[in-house]
Amino acid sequence: MAISKRYLASLLVGTLAATPVWAADPIKIGVSQPLTGAVAASGNYVTNGARIAAAEINEKGGLLGREVELIIEDNKSNPREAVNAAEKLILSDKVPVIMGAWSSTYTLATMPKLEEYGVPMVVETSSSSKITKAGNPWIFRIAPTSAMEAQAFAKKLDNFDPPIKKVDFLSVNNDWGLGASQEFEKMFKANGIEIGRKETVSPDTVDLSAQLSALKGTGSDTLIMTSGVEQLTLGIRQAADQRLSQRIVTTGGSFPEPLLESPGPKGYTSSHLLFFSPWTPESSVYPDIAGAFVDAWAEAGYSFPGLSEGFRGYDGIMTIAAAIENAGSTEPDAIREALWDVQVKGVNGDISFFKDGPEGKESGQNEPNVYVVQLKDGEVSAQ
Amino acid sequence: MDQILQHVINAMVLGSTYALLGIGLTIIFGIMRVVNFAHGELYTLGAYTAYGMVTLINLDFFSSILVAALIGMLIGALIEYVFLRRKDLKNIDEVMLIMIGIMIIMQNLELMIWGGVAKIIPTPFSQDPISMGAIAISPTRVFVFCISAVLLVIFYLGIERTRFGLAIRATFQDQDAARIVGVNVKRIYTVTFALGSAMAAVAGALLAPMFVATPLMGDLASLKAFAIVILGGLGSLGGAALGGFLLAFIEEFGASYISSAYRDAFGFLVIIVVMLFRPQGLFAAKERVG
Repeated sequence: MAISKRYLASLLVGTLAATPVWAADPIKIGVSQPLTGAVAASGNYVTNGARIAAAEINEKGGLLGREVELIIEDNKSNPREAVNAAEKLILSDKVPVIMGAWSSTYTLATMPKLEEYGVPMVVETSSSSKITKAGNPWIFRIAPTSAMEAQAFAKKLDNFDPPIKKVDFLSVNNDWGLGASQEFEKMFKANGIEIGRKETVSPDTVDLSAQLSALKGTGSDTLIMTSGVEQLTLGIRQAADQRLSQRIVTTGGSFPEPLLESPGPKGYTSSHLLFFSPWTPESSVYPDIAGAFVDAWAEAGYSFPGLSEGFRGYDGIMTIAAAIENAGSTEPDAIREALWDVQVKGVNGDISFFKDGPEGKESGQNEPNVYVVQLKDGEVSAQ
Repeated sequence: MDQILQHVINAMVLGSTYALLGIGLTIIFGIMRVVNFAHGELYTLGAYTAYGMVTLINLDFFSSILVAALIGMLIGALIEYVFLRRKDLKNIDEVMLIMIGIMIIMQNLELMIWGGVAKIIPTPFSQDPISMGAIAISPTRVFVFCISAVLLVIFYLGIERTRFGLAIRATFQDQDAARIVGVNVKRIYTVTFALGSAMAAVAGALLAPMFVATPLMGDLASLKAFAIVILGGLGSLGGAALGGFLLAFIEEFGASYISSAYRDAFGFLVIIVVMLFRPQGLFAAKERVG
């Protein structure tokens, strides 16, 4: 008995010695991501990126002398659940700031709650232009809008050989997919490119063969596909199954990771618009930051391709941390004010916010970088 | 013309798996009057069993489907034996609640074990599609169609031509009469539930390599299975098979020639119309339930 008590005591001392002593309670940061459901892969990647950022901040001494604690809620790939998640984070966990909520639809559903309770949210993924145009002054988006993405893609049009002359669209039937197809259509028209057929697919559909068969005889040379990791994977595989002749370009920054391990037919090539290319971190604006993030990701044992979305979580939490540090406070109002002045060196590049939306009620919008990579036979190359 | 043929091929493949799903659900309802809300979870169980067998213990793909069927059968028999045999279960509502409970438990267990991220099940088939002119189809889909068709025929023959099938049909028509002539109705119940569950598990194991396996895949499958069974008529085996193909054709052609945005809605629209004009379903005789 005496031995076991002594053993327990030594264990306790050991544990205490290993834990850094923090000045006060931890600073809570809310995270709302789709950890289950139709877009679970992306949500888990983003959350892992956030975890890496929090661990790095705590290793360097925390924020304002306090530990950072992420309160992670699963919004279940569902706008109704996204509202519940935000309400739980704000009312029950009392977080002063949130990062979320991946899909534009979940973010748009969450936004009225932010205004109601006065809590800022850093939007890491959603790209619908409605988000920053809605006049919600609690929104700060680090992700590019679909319009920005389309403009960035316009600069890369010359890289395609044979050139793009006519495009079809296959988009997920929600704010993100429909918004992206609209913005890309505008951009293509402005560049004299013809628009073919536009197909949509509901977010949880797994069989896209009807849509793909309908796209077979359109005479287009390119198919713009917008959806999450799961549906991009299914879409590209099923398009190859049906020998669709169009080249596939995906938008939105998701990468069909499972195709690396189980590629489609030999020689089938697809292009992907990404906001971080983990295959070529040296081409990032800050190669050292991008490289360190890639290393930390590997050390945590996360799957490599998840990096292309995981960085969003990292950049999001680093942006929030910079705002809390600058504000010197954990009050939601002070954090919001400080967000307007942040200058963060992130994995994607520089992060800062300009005003977007109706005057007096502007949201913050960042102007991120866009990269294009090519996937062929399970190998990725920069384009 | 090529496009129509491509759509027909797509719909046939999809329809064959819908038929498997529908038959499993309808046989359980027809014989036991159990509305099996856990049907979609047995489908998911089949998918993950196949995934686990192929990737974790390197079993070949074909045996993994067989294992999925056996596990589905076992779990189905267990559910029937443990939860549905209680004497105090007289009410269809109580049984429904039990099945919803089982659905929630199974779904969360799947989530706990496999995580939320979708899994791809590797198959030994070539990734290169089989082409005939402008029509193309992947070898995996051809395989899925053939196995589903064979299973449907075996199931039909088993019910129509064997002594045990006769006992099942007798129980289906009148339980008391079947009991009087010596049919072991309790055993029929267990076997029926096991068979229905095995059908769902096989459908999951067959479809997952074509698509992906996720813990929530059962939700959509359940919804479709109910749609098929309502379309064909509750408890009608032939109705479920035809209902499966009908739903697949409606979805496929509705999506391509009207609007892909309403693909899932077309099926339900047709069901509403069927319910309005033929509430017993397309292929079932009228009866009062509950």
